[in-house]
Amino acid sequence: MNKKHNDEIENQMKLANESLPERERALFADERPSTVEAFNKYYEGFLNWARSRSLWMLAFGTGCGATELRPLMTSRYDMSRYGIAPRPTPRQASVFVIGGYASIKTIKRIVRSYEQMQGPKYVIALGSCTINGGMYFDSYNTINRLDYYIPVDVYIAGCMPRPEALIAGFNRLKEKIRAGECEGMNLYVEKFDWYKENQKQIIKDWNMPDYNW
Amino acid sequence: MEQLIKKINGMIRLRAYKKQRESLHFFTVEEAQLEMILSHLKNYEGFTHLAFLQAVDFIEDGKFQLTYMLYNYETKMNIGVLTLIDREEAETASIHKLWAHAWQYQREIHEMYGIDFPGSPRVKESFVLEGWEEMPPMRRDFDTKEYSERTFYQRPGRSTNDPAEYMKEKLYRNYPQSPAIRRDDE
Repeated sequence: MNKKHNDEIENQMKLANESLPERERALFADERPSTVEAFNKYYEGFLNWARSRSLWMLAFGTGCGATELRPLMTSRYDMSRYGIAPRPTPRQASVFVIGGYASIKTIKRIVRSYEQMQGPKYVIALGSCTINGGMYFDSYNTINRLDYYIPVDVYIAGCMPRPEALIAGFNRLKEKIRAGECEGMNLYVEKFDWYKENQKQIIKDWNMPDYNW
Repeated sequence: MEQLIKKINGMIRLRAYKKQRESLHFFTVEEAQLEMILSHLKNYEGFTHLAFLQAVDFIEDGKFQLTYMLYNYETKMNIGVLTLIDREEAETASIHKLWAHAWQYQREIHEMYGIDFPGSPRVKESFVLEGWEEMPPMRRDFDTKEYSERTFYQRPGRSTNDPAEYMKEKLYRNYPQSPAIRRDDE
């Protein structure tokens, strides 16, 4: 009886992956993500210090704000001074810079990329569009608030913010990481159902697994 | 160029003609004669390049206007062939047999305006709007602000600085009472 009860609970905890075709469901994992607790306060403090000094950024320009990342990467503003390096794949990145407006087609790719990133992971939202829609507040195809779809650590206001503002944003992110305030990854796990509900509300053709790639 | 326009006017009766500048001319043709005119321009007059295909929604007339922009590499001339099609049963002949790349334009127009091009390859596939369920969004009776408020979450505290309102407030604070401003309707 007890075992059966446990199995039922376990089944409920599994992800349904309802949008996938029946024959493909076995190919994808149905585990829910789990939170990661700090091992020890002081050890975690040291790790956060180290993490803040080696931010690897996912070079995925999701909107027009990606234009500002080029001067930031190259010699004029040179973000490698701050220990930031671009990476070509989400599996190697720890910071996701959302460059400006996110259309519905892009938010699908943003969610996929964000979930593929390994923890600890941070999100910088760049530009007014990610805060309240900016100049696209009444558009049929761009979202208004990014923090309803993925957790955001630092917002950089502006349209567009200059590379200096981006550097200030990165420094703010570093301060937050060192203070242990960047818990976006755990927040995503805790409010997983809420995030998924919001995402599925706008991504009508959800033809991918619910989590875990 | 005048000779060409005269020649085409002899073949069919042009509904409207406009010379924008020396190298850019527009004329409107009947929907039924469109394919014939386009293939004539392509095969005999040297307008071998379809630069773009675009639609405009004239909701007041109940019409869609399609613009086929052609370019002649030898004479460096542009011709815009316009045609008006019915808005209710928006459907017209596909030109993907004349220019193979036209299917992509037609697919986009089908998504954004709901104009159907029967026979055009992959015309029903979604282009930018994946999983769109509403009315095609570039039709002018689609209320994009209302849709945005319904679908996306608003962050409170947004204020507007609409230039017209702002300047009215700034310049004519007591606008209706101000004797210095005389309006025509008074």
